[in-house]
Amino acid sequence: MNIVECTELRKTYRQGKVEVNALNGITLSIGKSEFTALAGPSGSGKTTLLNLIGGLDTSDSGRITVDGNNLDSMSQSELAVMRLKKVGFVFQSYNLIPVLTALENVEFVMLLQGIPSSERRSRAQAILDDVGLAGTYHRRPAELSGGQQQRVAVARAIVSNPSIVLADEPTANLDSATGSGLLDIMREMNERRNVTFIFSTHDRMVMEHARRLVLIKDGRVADDQRHDGK
Amino acid sequence: MFIVLSWRNVWRNPRRTIVIMTAVVIGVWCMIFLGALMRGIANQMVRNGISTLTGHIHVHQRGYRNDPVIENSIRHPDEVERALTAVCPPGSLWTPRVRVNAVASNARHSRGVTLVGIDPHREAPVSFIGTAVTDGNYLDPGDRRGVIIGKALAEKYETKLGWKLLVMSQDEEGEIASKAFRITGIFRAELESTETQYLFVTLPAAQEMLSMKDGISEFSIVLPDHDTVDEVTAGLRSALSAEQYAVHDWRELLPIVTEYLKIYDNFIYLWFLVVFIAMGFGIVNTTLMAVFERIREFGLLRSLGMKPLWIVREVLIESFFILFVGMVLGNLLGFLSIFIVSTTGIDLSSLAAGMEYAGMSRIIYPSIDIRDVLAANLFVLLLRLLVSLYPAIKAARFTPVEALSHT
Repeated sequence: MNIVECTELRKTYRQGKVEVNALNGITLSIGKSEFTALAGPSGSGKTTLLNLIGGLDTSDSGRITVDGNNLDSMSQSELAVMRLKKVGFVFQSYNLIPVLTALENVEFVMLLQGIPSSERRSRAQAILDDVGLAGTYHRRPAELSGGQQQRVAVARAIVSNPSIVLADEPTANLDSATGSGLLDIMREMNERRNVTFIFSTHDRMVMEHARRLVLIKDGRVADDQRHDGK
Repeated sequence: MFIVLSWRNVWRNPRRTIVIMTAVVIGVWCMIFLGALMRGIANQMVRNGISTLTGHIHVHQRGYRNDPVIENSIRHPDEVERALTAVCPPGSLWTPRVRVNAVASNARHSRGVTLVGIDPHREAPVSFIGTAVTDGNYLDPGDRRGVIIGKALAEKYETKLGWKLLVMSQDEEGEIASKAFRITGIFRAELESTETQYLFVTLPAAQEMLSMKDGISEFSIVLPDHDTVDEVTAGLRSALSAEQYAVHDWRELLPIVTEYLKIYDNFIYLWFLVVFIAMGFGIVNTTLMAVFERIREFGLLRSLGMKPLWIVREVLIESFFILFVGMVLGNLLGFLSIFIVSTTGIDLSSLAAGMEYAGMSRIIYPSIDIRDVLAANLFVLLLRLLVSLYPAIKAARFTPVEALSHT
């Protein structure tokens, strides 16, 4: 079964007096444990599609299901619960909570899920160790490098065992070496934990790491290729 | 961790937080200190009124209050004494008085006064006069010729201890009654008007001068518990003939003070509101700034699955922390300043004439009423949380996409 099913998705934004057609009838399916990159130029609709899959936004028409849940019929509260249980996010600008430590940032999602504190702590420590951040538990984001912050974001995204992780330009603010290291970690998480990763990117390195590359152009799927990736 | 998150968010911008806290500290301090000062003024007005000659309750012949003449005297004081013994709670004190309008004069001056005939021993614990004599002697019960006058009156009359004072009034038969008394004591009072208004002689001296036999003008009663006034007043009205006697409590006897107290109660809460409004705009503005600076973070929280109501709760908890610390410090400052001022009082002698009209003393002392303190704190807490709702709801209403795209 596909973890994400998008059928004829359309989305239009108003920017002042101008209407922008971000998505023009996208149809796309993504299977479980895929490592997929949505590539395309700026304004092609890849971030919009990611937002719709993650339940951060709603489409104007079309249908979208995530892990069997039809997002179109969900209220804002239900979408919030869906995001909490099934979706992990990795943002371009890390978006860590600045007043919490690395460990607390990772624990936060589990706190929202109601997981007891002892379990939260042990799982957070384990995942931080997995992403190579053992010993940085008690540092705040301002005390971490960009690459470390993004690894904390990855840890936060997967610690709650989501069905999918949506990563919007995760390497955009990183140098190539750091970005490559981050991709390796995410690839490992994908293989070891069978978590589906969907990237929005125009970074060639990310495209090369992906096992499936979906090219988005003018709000539609222009190309869809599968390959082994690095 | 939500509490930890809120506490740490409070200190993200320490300078701004300190500014808001300082506003709360000053606001709460003003409310408590000035509230205590106003309450102190009000309490002093009541104390002055009660201790001057009013007491908690008076019993008069019916008609006396409208026309305080000899004809409206209590003819059978024993009857009233029996009722007082039966109704008043243990620890109550009462004293009989003759009180008439009179004219006091000497070679130099003449003016209207109130002649008060007292039982010195019974009067002493009931009104101020027992401890007010500063020069000469308090009245001796058997003294028929001595008079105690106020220091201000003595100065106006350019007279002194041992000199004579002629007192004239109208007696039982409607004839002019007069007697020359010798000044045996000079008293000081809180209010200058008290010193110029009242002359004190013994009860027998007054009754003899006015041909009243055993008649008296009033009984003044002081209760051990101020809060039992209503109950005792009702009891006396039941025990005494309504056709013959009138029973009034201090609120009826001091209508100006009573009205001032009503104004003060409303004024204190109006003052709280004014202080709060002054604080409130600044607090809302800075809280809004703090919220708008963190729009992206709220977007992140929503994207992680945090419900909008939880975001509202987070912002309110942050407001609560700022309030709590500000209130604690404001209260401490308030109590400290009250403690300091309560030892010396605030001297408002330059406003003495105006203060006396209202029954206020020249030196005012703050008085803490726990209800005012609780009201001030509750006022600040509830209204502050209320005004914080707007920025909190604003924070929660951003959609994740709007918030995350905010720069």
